[in-house]
Amino acid sequence: MELIQLAVGGVANGCIYGLVALGFVLIYKTSEGVNFAQGDLMMLGAFVALGLGNSAQMGLSFWLAVPLAVCIMFCVGWGVERVVVRRIFGQPQFALVILTIALGFVFRFVAGSIWGYSPLVLETPFNGVNLRFGELVISMADLLTIVITLALTFGLWTFFAHTRIGLAAQAASQNQMAAYIVGIPVMKVNSLIWGLSGAVATVAGVLYATRGAIDPNIGLLGIKAFAAAVIGGLGSLPGALLGGMLIGVVEPIAGRYAPGGIAIMSPYIIMLAVLVTRPGGLFAQIHMKKV
Amino acid sequence: MRVVFKTSYDRDIDLHEHGLDRGKMLGLVGLMILLPFLVNDYYLAEAANTLIWALAGMGLMIAVGHTGQVSLGHAAFLAIGAYTDAALMNAGVPFLVAFPLAGLLTGLFGAVIAIPAVRMSGIYLAIATLAVFVIVEELILLLEPITGGVSGIAAPSITLFGISFDRYGELHNFYWLILAVVILVTWGYANLMRSPTGRSFLAVRDSEVSARAMGINVTRTRALAFGLSSGVTGLAGALMGHYIGFFNYELFSVFISINLLLVVTIGGLGFIQGAFLGAVLITGMPQVIAILRDGLNASVGVDLGSIPGLDTVLFSVILILFIIFEPTGLYGRWLKIRTWFELFPLARRDMFRRHKTYLKTERMK
Repeated sequence: MELIQLAVGGVANGCIYGLVALGFVLIYKTSEGVNFAQGDLMMLGAFVALGLGNSAQMGLSFWLAVPLAVCIMFCVGWGVERVVVRRIFGQPQFALVILTIALGFVFRFVAGSIWGYSPLVLETPFNGVNLRFGELVISMADLLTIVITLALTFGLWTFFAHTRIGLAAQAASQNQMAAYIVGIPVMKVNSLIWGLSGAVATVAGVLYATRGAIDPNIGLLGIKAFAAAVIGGLGSLPGALLGGMLIGVVEPIAGRYAPGGIAIMSPYIIMLAVLVTRPGGLFAQIHMKKV
Repeated sequence: MRVVFKTSYDRDIDLHEHGLDRGKMLGLVGLMILLPFLVNDYYLAEAANTLIWALAGMGLMIAVGHTGQVSLGHAAFLAIGAYTDAALMNAGVPFLVAFPLAGLLTGLFGAVIAIPAVRMSGIYLAIATLAVFVIVEELILLLEPITGGVSGIAAPSITLFGISFDRYGELHNFYWLILAVVILVTWGYANLMRSPTGRSFLAVRDSEVSARAMGINVTRTRALAFGLSSGVTGLAGALMGHYIGFFNYELFSVFISINLLLVVTIGGLGFIQGAFLGAVLITGMPQVIAILRDGLNASVGVDLGSIPGLDTVLFSVILILFIIFEPTGLYGRWLKIRTWFELFPLARRDMFRRHKTYLKTERMK
């Protein structure tokens, strides 16, 4: 029973990792770059929702504050692409890596200056509501996290597989020049996807905040989510979710049954093992061209 | 304008383009040797710190600047170097043995990690090194008998041939020791870059496919470069341990990795000089900020000290500006200025135009 209880909490936790990982995958799918500031976008999204919704701040209703926060963060993501990322369009990949690491520090500083560095709690209508199934106790927040994550992953998958913009985004990453030739506005698509990943990050942030207090350093969770994205294979949406859940489940179980320290290392050990055995991740999309 | 007429191949691959460059370099080395007689102990310690950072920066430069392998985990190699050196010396091994051994072990560790990691393309290697960093950090805590765990470890003071190189007692001796190591490594690095091995690094960086076509074993070259890179960083870590004196795992945070990346990017990727310029900037900036802060506090009454994290955000903004406007870094900017003066009035704007490439997926290469 204890194992199942741990696993349920782990799955809910893993969904958060998965959601942040989805943001990585979104950007990787369209521009083949990695946004190391994704975790900090999540943190910023959570704080924007908190700033709008908490009674001590703007005091809007929770159901109004969250969509508003998602919209604001969509604009932030879009704006970051327009103002900063577009400037290094066509530069080597690692320029984006270094740029986004620096951006992450800027986000952290902005959140820290506005909301302070002490932990804050987001007020939600379902704080402390629990559901009981026999001996099993599932909190409303956990259930909501799992349901929303699954729905969002399915939605994004549909977006990439079946809509014109989604297909255009994939084309832009596979061969930019060819995408231009067939008339895809590559830069506009990039901006849109950055906005989308900001919105997804906000959802992740709000769900994270329903489960505990937040402070500007929760963005470091991004590194773990990153491991999740890599385990699933960067570029695969269901893979990211699965990778996140794997990490989420292994972590508390390792913490309970394995000696100390292993739990913290476990996501990275799994990731290294996956990278060594299957360099492209579990849902590999890499095919080597022979020369 | 200066025309260098090369009459032999040896001349072409010489370390310095002509005698004047050699003279300037000798002058700089001479000035650095005489530094303890010119400045007081505070600035001498800062200079020693800068040299250590330059050494670590050179380590990262081999990987990032010259082989094109981005590493986000070089703080791990600093840590391994520092702990190996301190633990060996605490066990009674003399510095002359412990120091090279620290570099060697770190280099071996780096190469062992690199062998599976170099099969991955650019971004995956960056991630793998980040993972290695986290694992090393946890291992330091787990291996408490050697590393001292949370409470940390003391690096004993160095004595060579009966002469003390203590960090606090004999600072000038310590400074000269660091300077000697840095000069030796720089010399070796510069020579490496004009050897076939060094050239194969550049070939791998610029185009893996063409490097392979020319008969370069890409995996071996990358593993070698990464091993060398971590070895040099390990040496820097050992010196950093002696410089700090008493340290625990917190000294080698992920921010150190990022600062190192900052050193090589702002300094100028692909230039040994860049590592030094970057190190001067990163060790000098906090001093400048502190002076500015005091100045503002005294004259305008604005207390910047009350804003936490201001240093980090300033570094980040500088990094963003450099990536966007001057990706070749400080040394690249210096080259542009120098060329402008050398060719005056013939220099043109487009001479240094960044070339852009259309992206093609790595997933189906």
